[in-house]
Amino acid sequence: MGKTLLHKVWDLHKVRTLPSGQDQLFIGLHLIHEVTSPQAFAMLEERRLKVAHPERTFATVDHIVPTDNQSRPFADDLAEQMMRALERNTREHGIAFFGLDSGLQGIVHIIGPELGLSQPGMTIACGDSHTSTHGALGAIAFGIGTSQVRDVLATQTLAFNPLKVRRIEVKGALSPGVCSKDIILSVIAALGVKGGLGYAYEYGGAAIAALPMEARLTICNMSIEGGARVGYINPDQVTFDYLEGRRFVPRGEDFNKAVDFWRQIASEADADYDDRYELDAAALEPMVAWGINPGQAVGVKQKLPKAGEVKPEDREALQIAYDHTGFRAGAPIEGQRIDVAFIGSCTNGRISDLREAARLARGGRVASHVQALVVPGSQQVAEQAAAEGLPEIFREAGFEWRGAGCSMCLGMNPDVLVKDQICASSSNRNFIGRQGSPKGRTLLMSPAMAVAAALAGEVTDVRQMIKGGRA
Amino acid sequence: MKADSAVIRRISGTAVAVRGNDIDTDRIIPARYMKELTFDSLGQYSFYDRRFDESGNPLEHPFNDPRFRDASILLVNENFGCGSSREHAPQALMRWGIRAVVGESFAEIFAGNCTALGIPTLTLGREQIEALMQRVESDPQTEIRIDLEGCNLTAGDLSVALSLPDTQASMFLNGTWDTTTILLEGREQIGATAESLPYMRDFPYDHPRGG
Repeated sequence: MGKTLLHKVWDLHKVRTLPSGQDQLFIGLHLIHEVTSPQAFAMLEERRLKVAHPERTFATVDHIVPTDNQSRPFADDLAEQMMRALERNTREHGIAFFGLDSGLQGIVHIIGPELGLSQPGMTIACGDSHTSTHGALGAIAFGIGTSQVRDVLATQTLAFNPLKVRRIEVKGALSPGVCSKDIILSVIAALGVKGGLGYAYEYGGAAIAALPMEARLTICNMSIEGGARVGYINPDQVTFDYLEGRRFVPRGEDFNKAVDFWRQIASEADADYDDRYELDAAALEPMVAWGINPGQAVGVKQKLPKAGEVKPEDREALQIAYDHTGFRAGAPIEGQRIDVAFIGSCTNGRISDLREAARLARGGRVASHVQALVVPGSQQVAEQAAAEGLPEIFREAGFEWRGAGCSMCLGMNPDVLVKDQICASSSNRNFIGRQGSPKGRTLLMSPAMAVAAALAGEVTDVRQMIKGGRA
Repeated sequence: MKADSAVIRRISGTAVAVRGNDIDTDRIIPARYMKELTFDSLGQYSFYDRRFDESGNPLEHPFNDPRFRDASILLVNENFGCGSSREHAPQALMRWGIRAVVGESFAEIFAGNCTALGIPTLTLGREQIEALMQRVESDPQTEIRIDLEGCNLTAGDLSVALSLPDTQASMFLNGTWDTTTILLEGREQIGATAESLPYMRDFPYDHPRGG
């Protein structure tokens, strides 16, 4: 039996087996940000330790930055203090920092791939659960806590338990109006939010092979929502073409050497998997995660489930979801009125997401009762969008065009829901209170579906817009 | 260099049950309370939005019930701690006074974060958890004893076998759960591994600013 990419990368990076039975793994790339690093630097200083590999450590600021007025000092003093701590820590430890004045700042999971820092065959760690994103490039990437951020800073290694691998085979081809966000929401709905515990998810098959890199990043990004700490896609020509020419990717002969390594690292055709799951892309429809976890998702044409229609162990969460949302079992999700639409986040804040959103928004008008935000995932995404005239399209249609940051995904900056507002959101979590208001309600969907909802003022099937001649 | 790791063999105290599957770390600590440079003040924000309404009035929640205020063992159900990797969640619980979590299952990042703080995450079957929760809810003064060496939990006349991954058990029983010290011991091997990696050796990052 052949080896999977996970096992090959693991073996390459294994320093030794620890007395506990865990493996010590070398970390090829450590990404840090303002929320989960200051305490780690303090722990380092307390122990008089240095950063072992500052040249493999990169910092940016994303969670707390305001997306409207980014002038310093920030209006929020706590946010300003966190920003200053990161500036000081990166300066003192010789770590490259992509700050607001760099032109390269953005959400950490947008800029890693965008700058070519994230490469196939690497181990990548970051104090953020959506680090699984970088697996789309054929890396083994995982979120860690702050004590582990300290470990990586001090040693460039981590203690890690072995993972099993589940192959997720997505065959067939997606229909128009259905995209990679719908694939991953369908996988999570089918396998559950804890289905991936103990596993890395390897996504493959004809539908995955056909996806451009940015769409693949969306899939791996949400692996953690299915309980899988790691998700990855074997590197192929799409990966190499995406990486070539990016800032931190080797050039010339070195690029060829890199590609040789990247090709070798992919799972072998006869690789042995601990589990397999298959789904047919052609059967998928646009998805809406309506409840209080990303697994509570239905197709846009489906009705919200009744207690008898879900597994017994999911009934309690279903009841909490209905108590929180006020939605009715058996009601259609299509036609549900919304208050806010958010297009952005590490899941769907890339240029291809914004192009698709603009294509649908062009010439339309955001419903009068809806506040709609478009938030580029990075300054480079914002710059590219501006070069293509996208901000004007959004503004003319009544969307607010903002600066780069995590924005309304998580309630750590001024972009938050108010009271029990309902948000059509291209982000990744619909947990209670996630978007900053304890009573707020989040409907997760693709950026195209979020634009459609913004224009209609309610959840609507984007495929009808496409058929209707818009875009 | 200071190492914080101590051997942990036994944990005893009263318990508090927080019922529900898939309780995510946003619920354990809402993101707005993470705007802090240290973890010191986080205890008070544990389960904040479940404990207080928008006007700050207390809601019914086990963490608001004075009978459970001194509990040091947290009882939970399935997939506890899913979602965000924020160590702020176990840090908040630890500062509240929690020293061990016993549940049906745990999200991996959360369990790893707990281990790094010296908080064992122990698993029991659904029926055993239910029995334990009922016991604690009917008698909050029930003294719980957890023995990591024997992988056993007792609560009055109730005695159940606990499950703890071997790696976690070894770290607590040997006092090696503070991983930095252990990882540093592999310094030479770390260097050898780094030098063997194609992307370190053959095509390292080109740092325009010298990194």
